[in-house]
Amino acid sequence: MNLSFHIVVCAGIVPDPLQTLEPVIGDSGPALKNEMLLPAVLDPWAAHALYEAAHLARGHAGSKVWLVSLSPRAKLQQVMMTVAQKAPFELVALDGPAGGFTDSAEVAGALAAAIEAIPGLDRSRLLLFGGWESAARGAGTTLAMVGERLGIFDQFQGVDELRVEPDGSLRILERVEGGRHQISRCAGPPAVLGWATGSLAEPPNQPQLGMQNMRTILPALQRAQSVALPAAELRFVRVALPSQQRQTRIVRDVAAEEVAREIVDWIRG
Amino acid sequence: MEQVLLLLTTGENGSIGKAEREAVTATRNLVCALGGSVWTVGLIGGTISPAAEQLAGCGAAGFVGVEGKEFAVSRYASDAAAAEALCRAIGAGLVLAPGSSRLMRALGGVAQRLGARIDTHVVGLRVQDGAIQADRWYYRQRIEATLTRAHRPWILALDPGSFPPWDGAPGTASVKRVPLELGPEAQRTDVVGLQAVDTGEQTIRPEAELLFVAGAGWTKKQPDGKTHVEEAAHLILEFVRKTKASLGSSKSLVDLAGEGQAVLPFLTHLHQVGQTGATPRHPKGLATCCHGEEPHVVGWRFIGERRAINLDANCGWARGKADVLYVADAFEVLRAALRLLEGNEHR
Repeated sequence: MNLSFHIVVCAGIVPDPLQTLEPVIGDSGPALKNEMLLPAVLDPWAAHALYEAAHLARGHAGSKVWLVSLSPRAKLQQVMMTVAQKAPFELVALDGPAGGFTDSAEVAGALAAAIEAIPGLDRSRLLLFGGWESAARGAGTTLAMVGERLGIFDQFQGVDELRVEPDGSLRILERVEGGRHQISRCAGPPAVLGWATGSLAEPPNQPQLGMQNMRTILPALQRAQSVALPAAELRFVRVALPSQQRQTRIVRDVAAEEVAREIVDWIRG
Repeated sequence: MEQVLLLLTTGENGSIGKAEREAVTATRNLVCALGGSVWTVGLIGGTISPAAEQLAGCGAAGFVGVEGKEFAVSRYASDAAAAEALCRAIGAGLVLAPGSSRLMRALGGVAQRLGARIDTHVVGLRVQDGAIQADRWYYRQRIEATLTRAHRPWILALDPGSFPPWDGAPGTASVKRVPLELGPEAQRTDVVGLQAVDTGEQTIRPEAELLFVAGAGWTKKQPDGKTHVEEAAHLILEFVRKTKASLGSSKSLVDLAGEGQAVLPFLTHLHQVGQTGATPRHPKGLATCCHGEEPHVVGWRFIGERRAINLDANCGWARGKADVLYVADAFEVLRAALRLLEGNEHR
């Protein structure tokens, strides 16, 4: 039995989580202030999907990983300088907006078309990976739509574990309510897996791997087609920062017993 | 006039839970505000009559459902097929649903099949000048937005905890069954079961009054120059047990476990609160030994009263993120708190 996979990871880029975000309304709708100047990272849950994909491919000879990203080309190139050092993959780049105020249906259309155009992609061995939600729009719908467009009807979201059984079936753990996992057994690829955190730590930077990856990444960035996401029928009435600013009471130089009593009283309500 | 469908899935005994009843409230209020619209409840499950009876007095114009043992489990292929069938049967322009893990998995694909647009994690709904407006968050609870769409069908998945649960009296209701046969392509996945996180006991309690969050400080060297991880584990678990709190953690603490360091053994990524973790809803939250950095605190967006214990008076919690910051040693405070809680038990 051929237990090798063609793994396509969909991953956008998002502002570094430590950055302060401020919305602005432009001619084409809401955006982030100085969006192109904010340091960016690969979307965190999608990054986990990439690490899991690389791990899976490493364990199954003949497997290959593609990273498909719809992002502004210049920002994507910056992010790739780091990501390329983490895992071996081939980049498929689309040049377009990566912000949260786009529509998942349009993004899914662009991603699905790009995946369909990947030369040599064996759809019968396809595992479509990505984050179960982005850190931008956070809708958790794009990957499912891409899967549907590609005719994949076995889909899993909030995945923390994938195990390939000896018979080629997939044992998958998905997050469900109450801090539990649902265990499913899927006959095999093709399947969509929207990853949560998974179980792998972020790989260390490997400069040698980075140089190897960049040989294909740079041409892929040059080839990146422009994608427009007009979202014409989606209208934002209001976009704002939350106004919750609390008046923090700072309690210091008080005995632990007194602090404990205050906390216990507060908990008891 | 909108043709509104409320999609719900039933549990093991055919009834519905709190998130589903919250969606009933949201739909009732929205239809009322729209004026002249009708709404139907669409049920998916192994057994659906108990849910229809539970909702008999909810004000819906009718009930439709897809029922059968293959629809009892939470599986994409069968749930998406059932939801699609119900939407088409009703000709729904507006579809509302609770944002449960089961429906969240299926609804994106359903939107694709119907040529619909979808918005998830909706936390508020209103009608303004005849148009429906939905509130949701962007960038992991850092920016809030209100949006509207002209496109139909429009699917709206509602975040659990955002609306009061409907609590009307049960009664008698008839359900129109929509026949649906699944092909073999929709049965390639078997649901084997559920498992709790392998930590010895259930410490994630979504219904708890209190969220207790442990940060990486618990594993750092203490004033005696040594780490006290075992004691930290004991204090945290005992505190969570006695207060019946839900346990959360910061990313840094969970990541330490992934890096193979000796850390609190009962914490997993499922406990993680923040930018790459959960955004739970609890009336109160107590943070211990974490710094209140922005990526962590975005996970506290829906925590009512917030208090923190930290040795650093200048930490992020002090800058308008907590109601009270106790500048204190969390070990000492929890030891004392446990004595108080135990004393209360023995009284």
